[in-house]
Amino acid sequence: MINIELGHYLTLGGVIFLLGVVGIFLNRKNIIVILMSVELILLSVNINLIAFSTYLNEITGQIFTFFILTVAAAEAAIGLAIIVSYYRNKGSIRVQDINEMKG
Amino acid sequence: MVIVSKNTVHAVFFLILDFISVGCLFIMIGAEFLGMIMLIVYVGAVAVLFLFVVMMLNVAEQKQSWFRGLKKSTHIPVGLIVSIIILLELLVVIGGWKYKEDFISTNSIIIDSNFSNTHQLGSVLYTDYIYLFQIAGIILLLSMIGAIILTYRKREGVKKQSYINQISRERETSVEVVEADFNTGVKIDD
Repeated sequence: MINIELGHYLTLGGVIFLLGVVGIFLNRKNIIVILMSVELILLSVNINLIAFSTYLNEITGQIFTFFILTVAAAEAAIGLAIIVSYYRNKGSIRVQDINEMKG
Repeated sequence: MVIVSKNTVHAVFFLILDFISVGCLFIMIGAEFLGMIMLIVYVGAVAVLFLFVVMMLNVAEQKQSWFRGLKKSTHIPVGLIVSIIILLELLVVIGGWKYKEDFISTNSIIIDSNFSNTHQLGSVLYTDYIYLFQIAGIILLLSMIGAIILTYRKREGVKKQSYINQISRERETSVEVVEADFNTGVKIDD
């Protein structure tokens, strides 16, 4: 029986964070998948905060997880609204096509 | 699986699976309230939001081509730089792990095992973090208004009830006394 401790949770958070970053950088087609990768990154932050909150016996980490959850939900709603309005104007949300600003 | 699925709907389902697993982990580790909130908010709301957008925009079948069409990929060096930076940071963290001292809690808000998780969370959230709580509410309101404004579209040719026109009618502009000619009546224009 493996005893699950802090290191396991931190490893899980790191792996999910890396998956999110890889998803942002490898994605060339679909901007919705990029939004989902951002959600993954915020989720990994939440995992770290909860793990430390439990192992330090302190409730503040859970409070901040609550706020991060709020901001993540707001960000998802705004991002998807922007995508919908962009798709109505341009007819495409492929990442390669979004180059009006020539960054 | 979220990032390599060819079908975006499948990616959304894997995202839901991910959030459910993490919610179960939160419940296991002792944060029951946040685990349940994670299930309700993400699986109930955000996932449905993503699914609606995917279905509305009809992009579900766009193929991911990053694994074969890597020609003229100018952002691969950027990705390499970022991955090297992250690798170095991870090495620093893991290398410093063995030199760690014992964790100390600098704050005085200690989890008291006499109360439930939700009880403690509320008793801290509504007293010490009341301003942050209000700001979180304002952020949610702003995101709601912003999403509605961004996606609102005025359609032509749709008959709608306009309350302000109905209320602001005056007697002078809406009622008129005319002389009706015998046997011809009054011509009504709208």
